[in-house]
Amino acid sequence: MADKKLTPQEMAQVNYLPPAGDWMDPTVEFKRGTYCYAAPLKNQEALQLPNPRQWNPQDKDWKLPLDFKQLVIGGMQERLDKFRSWKLFLDICVRCGACADKCHFFIGSGDPKNMPVLRAELLRSVYRKYFTAGGKALGKLGGARELDEKVIKEWYYYFYQCSECRRCSVFCPYGIDTCEITMFGRELLNLVGCSTEWVVGPASSCFRTGNHLAIPPHALKQSLEFAADEIEGITGIKIEVPINKKGAEILFVTPSGDFFAQPAWFTLLGYIMLFHEIGLDYTFSTYASEGGNFGLFLGADYAKSLNAKIYAESRRLGVKWVLGGECGHMWRVLHQYMDTFNGPGDFLQQPVSPITGTKFENARSTKMVHICEFTADLIYHHKLKLDPSRNDRWKVTFHDSCNPARSMGLFEEPRYIINKACNHFYEMPENTIRERTFCCGSGAGLGPDENLEMRLRGGLPRASAVKYVRDKHGVNMLACICAIDKASFPPLLEYWCPGVETAGVHELLGNALIMQGEKTRETDLRGDPLNPGAEEGKTDV
Amino acid sequence: MFDKGKVLGGLAIFLCLGTFPLWYIAAQGKAAYPPDPVIYPGSEQCVESTEYMSKYHMQLLQQWRDQAVRQGDRVYIASDNKTYDISLTGTCLKCHPNKAEFCDRCHTYNDVSPNCYNCHNIPPQPAEVLGGTK
Amino acid sequence: MNNAVKILYPLAAVTILVLLPLLTLLGPSAEFVFAVIIPCLALAAFFSGFIYRVVRWAQSPVPFNIPSVGGQEKSLPWIKDDKIESPGNNWAVTWRMFLEIFFFRSLFRNSRADLVAGQRLVYGGSRWLWLGGLAFHWSLFIIIFRHLRFFTEPVFPPATWLTNLDSLFQFSLATLFLTDFIILISLTYLFFRRVVSPQVKYISLASDYLALLLILGVVISGVLMRSIFKVDVDAVKRLAISMITFKPAVDSNIGLPFYIHLMLVSTLIAYFPFSKMMHAPGILFSPTRNMKNDSRAVRHINPWNHPVRVHTYEEYEDEFRKPMMAAGIPVEKKQ
Repeated sequence: MADKKLTPQEMAQVNYLPPAGDWMDPTVEFKRGTYCYAAPLKNQEALQLPNPRQWNPQDKDWKLPLDFKQLVIGGMQERLDKFRSWKLFLDICVRCGACADKCHFFIGSGDPKNMPVLRAELLRSVYRKYFTAGGKALGKLGGARELDEKVIKEWYYYFYQCSECRRCSVFCPYGIDTCEITMFGRELLNLVGCSTEWVVGPASSCFRTGNHLAIPPHALKQSLEFAADEIEGITGIKIEVPINKKGAEILFVTPSGDFFAQPAWFTLLGYIMLFHEIGLDYTFSTYASEGGNFGLFLGADYAKSLNAKIYAESRRLGVKWVLGGECGHMWRVLHQYMDTFNGPGDFLQQPVSPITGTKFENARSTKMVHICEFTADLIYHHKLKLDPSRNDRWKVTFHDSCNPARSMGLFEEPRYIINKACNHFYEMPENTIRERTFCCGSGAGLGPDENLEMRLRGGLPRASAVKYVRDKHGVNMLACICAIDKASFPPLLEYWCPGVETAGVHELLGNALIMQGEKTRETDLRGDPLNPGAEEGKTDV
Repeated sequence: MFDKGKVLGGLAIFLCLGTFPLWYIAAQGKAAYPPDPVIYPGSEQCVESTEYMSKYHMQLLQQWRDQAVRQGDRVYIASDNKTYDISLTGTCLKCHPNKAEFCDRCHTYNDVSPNCYNCHNIPPQPAEVLGGTK
Repeated sequence: MNNAVKILYPLAAVTILVLLPLLTLLGPSAEFVFAVIIPCLALAAFFSGFIYRVVRWAQSPVPFNIPSVGGQEKSLPWIKDDKIESPGNNWAVTWRMFLEIFFFRSLFRNSRADLVAGQRLVYGGSRWLWLGGLAFHWSLFIIIFRHLRFFTEPVFPPATWLTNLDSLFQFSLATLFLTDFIILISLTYLFFRRVVSPQVKYISLASDYLALLLILGVVISGVLMRSIFKVDVDAVKRLAISMITFKPAVDSNIGLPFYIHLMLVSTLIAYFPFSKMMHAPGILFSPTRNMKNDSRAVRHINPWNHPVRVHTYEEYEDEFRKPMMAAGIPVEKKQ
């Protein structure tokens, strides 16, 4: 947290004028509230990260390995040979600046090094120095700079101020994707033992226990039983939640935040109610109990390592296909990486909805379907009875989570579900939704509390759009399909636009779902009275 | 994935387009064709040096037009102090009556289409009438 | 580095390039150097450098399918998918690339965000960069195409057509090309935004100014040569044709302004493959634009997909077997 707590009014006084001087002089001032702590030694060792050590970004001496320069330059060479995107994106930027005010961190902080173009130049300048003739010959005049400890510190600061949301890549005339640049930068930082606690901790937990929150199998089972109890309290229906069940038709994988953290927890209730209602033959897994993948925020190999469990577990359990819950970067991995990483999933079958018979053609190779695709199909085929008036106390808007939006194109399905499950839905302004959606400011491992000021700054554009619909339409509920959103929006909205809560789409669906044999519901999934003054609510359209 | 075929195909297209003039000229077979303006004997030299005329004849014609039509002054004093009557028919066409063989040759070669002839009608002059040769 | 220095060095470089052709006044052999040898070297650098850079890119694989998706995916049959922004087949990708290359579609989306009182962000369309960029690139293309009149004999008819289209206006007797005006205006705009906008100024490198100044130099020298400091156009074309037919011959009447123009052009094309101007072929390689959003339907192959350390189920169960059994979770091995 910042030394002196900034009020929203103070924080919104953003100075966009770049400082005097040249950006090539590294910035190494680590302002409290704007950076993440280093990963503890034991977590680094658990993931077998290179050059592990105990250190702190505030230290003067980062105890970098003596040959850090060779390590980084060698690492660059290796990765340039492996990734065309990285090679290309270092070469073709013309610095037109179209990306500048597309980044939520730049909008919220005014720090010029948060302009995507300059974030990439932090890497490019070193690339030019060691890999291009012009940079070698002309030095600073050629836009090249020496790699030294200060540059490493600057990289650590700014590559952990990018949430890999890909918004800039939509606006770039060449499609330069800062997410790729940041991934590249973070991999290089890994090589010299610089990684953050909030990424490495969950990733190492996930490696061992199967999920980021380090929930052991028996605790996960308790958690699911507790969820069933809660559902019974609300609906009067007793549900058995299947776990590690061999021969189930479908393996369900969701981010582990759903198992513990509110409001994601209510989304979990929604899933379980839905699956029970349609009589789905599915199972949770304790080994593959994490849909999210913090390995992605470290590097491709770590992402692959954590992701491998999903196919391995579906093979072991003998399921036909895999269904994935609401999560952002999880779906980046599942949609764009999983099949390549750990496929082919040819031991599975092409996903078919057992309820509607719909063949999910778009998932025929990976064999993994998004829960919103699945549910939208159910509703479309009238397989669910819904009472949207149960959500009448919510005036809902929808936040497109970065990854399902810009890496997947999942726009209509969640909106369709919300519109069927709620009576009051309002879109945020068009520059802030769909492919132009703004990050919550905490994605890609930027979520720790010590980074709160930067998270709030990065969340300003999104919060500003929420505030707009709150003031205009009285919106009081932000629906989303991302576990990190569900964790980061409550404090963010509390700060910038109090009075708006956060929910998963399937929480709203769970509220609206009329289940066979249920008792008259008195509360919603949050345990709050259902529709206080329901009758007035209905006329207030 | 390397997209080898697409890259090589793209480079081939790039090379074809980049070297277009080479094979276009080869295909047309007119590579050595030089513009060969025909000049009839009248005087040793035009009103100015050939070097000057080849670059600036358009400016000169424009200057003549302005001087004759707008100021009514029909005397041109050349850089060698010789004087000439400013007159298209009387002076220019005396040596260059043959638009097709003189003007057009270079104009076509260099793909310029001056608008002199929008107003000035230059009648075709059969060679035998003038009795000239190259 | 001081911003003025970033402009002054490129300016000095271009000035030297403008002055160098004065050496042609020394005589025919110097003229031959500037008329034939330098352009040939520049062309060789352009083609070999261009191919080298493209091949270097192509030597690195595209390990993952990472399009930036800007529209609804193809999922359920009753949801209309966005064929262009979420391309599902090669035709759609081609169309997306076509719009990107010829109309700068992504840049057209450009907006500006302004933070106003009350923590409100206001977004407005901001298409000047798109317009300036598009005007510049199209003008440049048309101007290059018009130059075919010097490199083809008989003149390639489309070049004549385009020239006629471009010369709708006349000033006195001289033809004025629309594109000459447009390119000058757009280049001036592109230059000034690098000097005036504080952010763009901050991110600009000397090489950004060099590219702009070089092209400005080429354009200005070209326009001046057409309008004021005349050259012997006929001699220019004869030189060009003589070079294309590999029998280079220089006419001494060709004129100094032409050598200045040619020197700048030669530098520009020789510099091209080693500069950011490689964005021209680069856009075609951009994986966020040229890939299909079909990664769950068709498996993308990563050629270096090496094995990584994984924590197997067996290792997991070995660690947690007791509590699993105690909780009644099925296990593979009972001991």
